[in-house]
Amino acid sequence: MAAVAAGPGPGDSPESPEPEASERRRKAHGMLKLYYGLSEGEAAGRPAGPDPLDPTDLNGAHFDPEVYLDKACEELVSQVERLVSKQAFLGEPAPGPHLLALAHPDTIRKMKNDFRKMEDEMDRLANNMAVITDFSARISATLQDRHERITKLAGVHALLRKLQFLFELPSRLTKCVELGAYGQAVRYQGRARAVLQQYQHLPSFRAIQDDCQVITARLAQQLRQRFREGGSGAPEQAESVELLLALGEPAEELCEEFLAHARGRLEAELRDLEADLGPSPPAPDILEFTDRGGSGFVGGLCHVAATYQELFAAQGTAGAEKLAAFARELGGRYFTLVERRLAQEQGGSDNSLLVRALDRFHRRLRAPGALLAAAGLAEAATEIVERVARERLGHHLQGLRSAFLSCLTDVRQVLAAPRLAGKEGPGLAELLANVASAILSHIKASLAAVHLFTAKEVSFSNKPYFRGEFCSQGVREGLIVGFIRSMCQTAQSFCDSPGEKGSATPPALLLLLSRLCLDYETATISYILTLADEQFLVQDQSPVTAVSTLCAEARETARRLLTHYVKVQGLVISQMLRKSVETRDWLSTLEPRNVRAVMKRVVEDTTAIDVQVGLLYEEGVRKAQSSDSSKRTFSVYSSSRQQGRYAPSYTPSAPMDTNLLSNIQKLFSERIDVFSPVEFNKVSVLTGIIKISLKTLLECVRLRTFGRFGLQQVQVDCHFLQLYLWRFVADEELVHLLLDEVVASAALRCPDPVPMEPSVVEVICERG
Amino acid sequence: MEDDAPVIYGLEFQARALTPQTAETDAIRFLVGTQSLKYDNQIHIIDFDDENNIINKNVLLHQLGEIWHISASPADKGVLATCYSKTSDSKVLTCAAVWRMPKELESGSHESPDDSSSTTQTLELLCHLDNTAHGNMACVAWEPMGDGKKIISLADNHILLWDLQESSSQAVLASSASLEGKGQLKFTAGRWSPHHNCTQVATANDTTLRGWDTRSMSQIYCIENAHGQLVRDLDFNPNKQYYLASCGDDCKVKFWDTRNVTDPVKTLEEHSHWVWNVRYNHSHDQLVLTGSSDSRVILSNMVSISSEPFGHLVDDDDLSDQEEHHQEEKKKEPLQDSVIATYEEHEDSVYAVDWSSADPWLFASLSYDGRLVINRVPRALKYHILL
Repeated sequence: MAAVAAGPGPGDSPESPEPEASERRRKAHGMLKLYYGLSEGEAAGRPAGPDPLDPTDLNGAHFDPEVYLDKACEELVSQVERLVSKQAFLGEPAPGPHLLALAHPDTIRKMKNDFRKMEDEMDRLANNMAVITDFSARISATLQDRHERITKLAGVHALLRKLQFLFELPSRLTKCVELGAYGQAVRYQGRARAVLQQYQHLPSFRAIQDDCQVITARLAQQLRQRFREGGSGAPEQAESVELLLALGEPAEELCEEFLAHARGRLEAELRDLEADLGPSPPAPDILEFTDRGGSGFVGGLCHVAATYQELFAAQGTAGAEKLAAFARELGGRYFTLVERRLAQEQGGSDNSLLVRALDRFHRRLRAPGALLAAAGLAEAATEIVERVARERLGHHLQGLRSAFLSCLTDVRQVLAAPRLAGKEGPGLAELLANVASAILSHIKASLAAVHLFTAKEVSFSNKPYFRGEFCSQGVREGLIVGFIRSMCQTAQSFCDSPGEKGSATPPALLLLLSRLCLDYETATISYILTLADEQFLVQDQSPVTAVSTLCAEARETARRLLTHYVKVQGLVISQMLRKSVETRDWLSTLEPRNVRAVMKRVVEDTTAIDVQVGLLYEEGVRKAQSSDSSKRTFSVYSSSRQQGRYAPSYTPSAPMDTNLLSNIQKLFSERIDVFSPVEFNKVSVLTGIIKISLKTLLECVRLRTFGRFGLQQVQVDCHFLQLYLWRFVADEELVHLLLDEVVASAALRCPDPVPMEPSVVEVICERG
Repeated sequence: MEDDAPVIYGLEFQARALTPQTAETDAIRFLVGTQSLKYDNQIHIIDFDDENNIINKNVLLHQLGEIWHISASPADKGVLATCYSKTSDSKVLTCAAVWRMPKELESGSHESPDDSSSTTQTLELLCHLDNTAHGNMACVAWEPMGDGKKIISLADNHILLWDLQESSSQAVLASSASLEGKGQLKFTAGRWSPHHNCTQVATANDTTLRGWDTRSMSQIYCIENAHGQLVRDLDFNPNKQYYLASCGDDCKVKFWDTRNVTDPVKTLEEHSHWVWNVRYNHSHDQLVLTGSSDSRVILSNMVSISSEPFGHLVDDDDLSDQEEHHQEEKKKEPLQDSVIATYEEHEDSVYAVDWSSADPWLFASLSYDGRLVINRVPRALKYHILL
């Protein structure tokens, strides 16, 4: 190219003469050399030509027609300018160029001529260009096959390098394995595997492949070994698994192995936990236990699950199921342990610790729960917590019951304790207050204890069970209503004690319980239920026992207890009266001088009962007769009326008169219901007791036969009772009636009925 | 269906003893014994003419003493036994004797009883049950299905089995047993079971019920604390061999299966005072009658523990359309134990109630004031049971 540039002017170069051919060949060679990037050293000897890269060189490889044309134009313009400037020298004031042109036709002619020349040269240039193109095509055609050869050579070179890698592979692998660079080894193996696989039919490759396989097997073995040893910790293990997977080990097997390994570790955790459980008494407290379980087992499980999911994500649902099953099984065992531990806790009284432990337990299991939704761990955990909560409720109910029973035992003991004279009385009201407050405080304590389960900060308190059922069915119904019911039942069971005769229940206890139940009916039940409802904002819509229902039950219980109290006390007095009538020989008794001791005892006991009932129950209403009038009535009774009643019965002519009279009297008096339900007041209770006692006296008298003095003794006794009993009853007429009938019956049962003078009766009675 | 009004008959004396004339199966006849310490006691033979609602009475003198208990022979209409007390030397002793009533009164004489003074006749004493060694007689019970030759009597703590020989003119003590224990034990009531070939007798003392085998005179079963207080009376279910009813001072009536002595099968607590008497209807054992010193008589329907717990079984083929209607009605009603009726005609304690031996729908009750009331089972119930 330099030669071309150095050649003759632009006019003759296309028609270069033949002798220049060798020169051209050399030039071409140089250019080839240049093309193939050989060193410039060879060309150094030659004179430095123009820049071979000049784009304006028509023969240059870098010829650019545009540039060339630009340059040519520029030259033209500069020539024109030069001409113009020459003209300017000729003419003085330089006119505009066109003027010049017009003024100088020669110049214009010359310009025309120049342009024509230029046109010719341009044509030649175009021809040259065509020739050059032609040449260039020829040259590249010749170079084509060489180029291909070179490419092939380069390919062979690469192939050889690969082959070298392959041949070196076994040793490299061995080295890697020896060095423990398992990752590297696996990468090598991975690169070679496909090739080896493809060319395994060639013996040499076959050999390499075999070698590789052996080594790989060793590698795999080592990896597994490392994997199994497990001492290296989970991350390294995970790496092992990853590498093994890359080695194309069957993933399923690996899953199994991974899980088996994880199982080993988790089981160790479980064993530790179980050891904590053990029979040894100083087990760690429940909080510590759940903490340990949480950090050890649950943490481990979480980690295993996370790693597994990371490693075997490709395994799809089958893998996930395997993991879920794994988690379910181990989780199940963990839950069993936890439940065993919790069971040990059942008897405990510390709810806060338990709730905290449960909270941690539940909280801990959220993570694996989220990770392994299919394993249902969180649900199972919630279930356990719910179960524990239920059991706790049951435990508290039991606790309340036993507290109630122990209260009763205390009361019994106090009642049974040898009474200090006069001191025993006021104790009953105090006892009632004590019992009531003790039970109430127990209830409150229980409520507070179970309230912990629903505390906001507890992780499971927002579960539907704890928001709804726990509050309504569990606490309100199960605990509170359940307790009140069981209290009523316990109280009622005292009424049904089979051995009524030797009834072990002290009557005072019956009275106290009755009052307690009545108090519950009037106030306590609604108070407790309001308390419970406030503490446990019940959102559940399930039906709950109405306050009124409970109150009705309590009232019924109170009524039954009081009725039973009346029966028991009535029976006590009845028995005294009965014995006194049955065991005495009424035929051969002496003339009465005194009221019999048993009657005094009856009055004493009735007074004691009156005092006792008065401590707990209000007075109640009596019939209109005032006390002073009844005193008067009584004296009338003892003298005139009694007299009147007897008069006909011993006139021999009219044996029916007694009946007639008593029947007429009965016609106008109401029938006496002896064992009738009582009202909640003292007078009603006492009336009941006295009715029972006197009716017994009547029936017993009717079974005996009396001598004259026997009858008189009955007369005295009845008068005495009349004197003292009227004040206790609602309607003193009742006492009159019953005592009248007793004396009348005794008279009938007497073959020789001679009544005592009423005045004498009165004297004897007043003597006491 | 209006029920017939009760028929009331008044005696002049106090009375506690009542029995149907057991051997009589056609006429409705009751025997009542009086208690009077001053006058001669009487046995009233009361015939009830069901059709005309009329009572005819015959009075027999029982001069030995006041009658505490009376029972009629199941074989001979004219024979009866009484427990009576006599007072001598300021001592009361209760004895028992077997009597025969005049022949013409056996089947009831329907002559007008206006001139009662002239027609008063005396009982013929057949024999005494000698109790000099045993104490006071509480009651006498005839062998229910027997020929009227065997009698059990209870005297204090002894149970005595007598053989009546030579037309009942002689009572021979066949065997006896006595109750031993602390305190003074005293039998209060006894009944002879109609089951097991009449080999069982049940007695009550204090709160305990006992069963005895009359062949060996040994105790078979014992229900301790059967009642909270004294047991006053008991009766066997005539159709169910192990069932018996008892009543007592705890105002309760209890039904027992003697194979289970720990708990009663059923307990009724309807009376408001001591229950003195309990009687099963002889044919329809769901009907139970009780009398109490609250002056009431209560008729209960204890269908659930009766021998006909599902009502009277009738073959479907026999039913006409009309009857079918009844049947349906009956099915609708649940079979529940209930009080059928409370009879309040008495104004004093009722110490005795009993069913008629002739008419299963009729019963009598006797109160201390000498009032005898004859009542019928409500017709509705009667038809309900029959249809």
